[in-house]
Amino acid sequence: MSTAVEAATRAAAQPTAARRRRLRRLVRRGPFYLLLALIFVYIVFPFYWAIRSAFTPDEDLFRTPVQYFPEHPTLGNFREVLSTSDFQRALINSTIIAGTVTAIALVVGSLAGYALGRFRFRGRSVSLYLMLSMTIFPQIAILGALYTMITRFHLYNSLRALILSDLVLVIPLTVWILTTFMRALPPDLEEAAYIDGASPFQVFYKVMLPLVAPGLVTAGLLAFITTWNEFLYALSFTQTPDKHTVTVAITTFTGKSGSTFQVPWGQIMAATVIVTLPLIVLTLILQRRILAGLTAGAVKG
Amino acid sequence: MLAPALILVGIVALYPLGKTIQQSFTNQQFLAGIEPTKYVGLANYRKLIHDELFRDAAWVTVKFTVITVAFEFVLGLIIALVVNSSFRGRGVMRAVMLVPWAIPTVVCAQMWRWMYDDVFGVFNDALVRIHVIDHNVAWISEPKTALAAVCAVDIWKTTPFVALLLLAGLQVIPRDLYEAADVDGASQWRQFWRITFPLLRPAILVALIFRTLDALRVFDVFFVFFGSRVDTQTMAVYNQNQIVTIGDVGYGSAVSVGIFLIIAMFVVIYVSVIRVEQQ
Repeated sequence: MSTAVEAATRAAAQPTAARRRRLRRLVRRGPFYLLLALIFVYIVFPFYWAIRSAFTPDEDLFRTPVQYFPEHPTLGNFREVLSTSDFQRALINSTIIAGTVTAIALVVGSLAGYALGRFRFRGRSVSLYLMLSMTIFPQIAILGALYTMITRFHLYNSLRALILSDLVLVIPLTVWILTTFMRALPPDLEEAAYIDGASPFQVFYKVMLPLVAPGLVTAGLLAFITTWNEFLYALSFTQTPDKHTVTVAITTFTGKSGSTFQVPWGQIMAATVIVTLPLIVLTLILQRRILAGLTAGAVKG
Repeated sequence: MLAPALILVGIVALYPLGKTIQQSFTNQQFLAGIEPTKYVGLANYRKLIHDELFRDAAWVTVKFTVITVAFEFVLGLIIALVVNSSFRGRGVMRAVMLVPWAIPTVVCAQMWRWMYDDVFGVFNDALVRIHVIDHNVAWISEPKTALAAVCAVDIWKTTPFVALLLLAGLQVIPRDLYEAADVDGASQWRQFWRITFPLLRPAILVALIFRTLDALRVFDVFFVFFGSRVDTQTMAVYNQNQIVTIGDVGYGSAVSVGIFLIIAMFVVIYVSVIRVEQQ
């Protein structure tokens, strides 16, 4: 009987002791969590502000004092932006360009990566260093040359001009990433396939490619992000709104009705949310893959 | 099958650079036909050396680079150390840190331009509320604050990324080193300078190199903020203006080569620092 009472009191006392311990730990770690919260707010606040502005109607947006939370949330800005034909066009253009560039870069990159990662030949290390230096190359340094090439081939103000110049930007990156992935594979499977009489291309297609699938995801994602975010070439090689990409459209956006005196910030913020959303979703899902690719490039370099 | 891929990659990588260098010795204009393109020797380079606008642009770029890289490194290191300790929600935090890096720079620039707005911007409102300033400031158009305003955007966008690079470096440091140091009674501060910092060095150098080269070629955020306003244009903005707006492809190519050489100079400095370290 008494042991039961003892057990009951102990059971009752334990949580408070545990709670006190937890509380003490919390107090000791208080500054740490405060710092963590500060970092979190610093990173997230601009996004919050873009989202809150996108959901705020103009009457509230252009009024002081500033409202920190939309009092009359609305989808009006999103509706306006998405019904703007220039912005629709820009979304389609960016999707076409980024999709095409990613696909081509992956084909070329995996072939070149296979050659550089699995075969020994003269000039291999030179080509590898060339790739690496190209990935940190100033984009602006080849603007003049690309400009001449594009005007000569009559590609100025066309999507093909941007596909071409973005490929120049992206291919070294994909080659480099896929080379490091190819090089990390054990030679056994490849040898076994050769013994079974497979041709080099069959080995590449049936054995290597499935094995570097994670590398393809990483390289493809980085290629897509780079192309989707590209601004300098898109600005320089296109002229009319029907050829603009989302990055150019967002900087030149004047709103549906056009010539109002106030910059249509609500609609611009809605546009930034729309443009950013696919990237945020991709990064949140595939963050490990991206980091693996980036550190492969960075640490081994 | 493989040889063509390699040759294609070679052409893609080398041809444009070679073409730029070749053009830099000509007087090529965008509107060809007005004047036939011919070789002009070193004339473009002589012009470049005396070009005060380019010198100003180079100075703006270097200032931007030094400020942003310094802030990104220090803040990035602090964030990396904080996130490196174990706490609930660490995975979420790491994912969140990658987001600013992934979104387009021009989108960041627009988000910040709106926050900086001189009438309805949140910065002015918040700072006036807490009495840091007593009237609204036009952060972007005011020459005194323009550079700081643009630096803040870059620092916000890339600090978390630098932190992630450093975090990757922190995670390969063996735990038992710290345990041994604890046994020896070394303070946290001492552990940081004697263990963490030396072992983190390779990651730090990689992060610094990548950031410096990125900062030196900055274009997007300056263009969105200032267009080609003369007092705040970077080398890349000046260069793009020469080639595309003015159409002076010959001289613009010489400017490109100039930028390339300046960046190469920084690479050489970094590489020799690493060499010295290793010896």
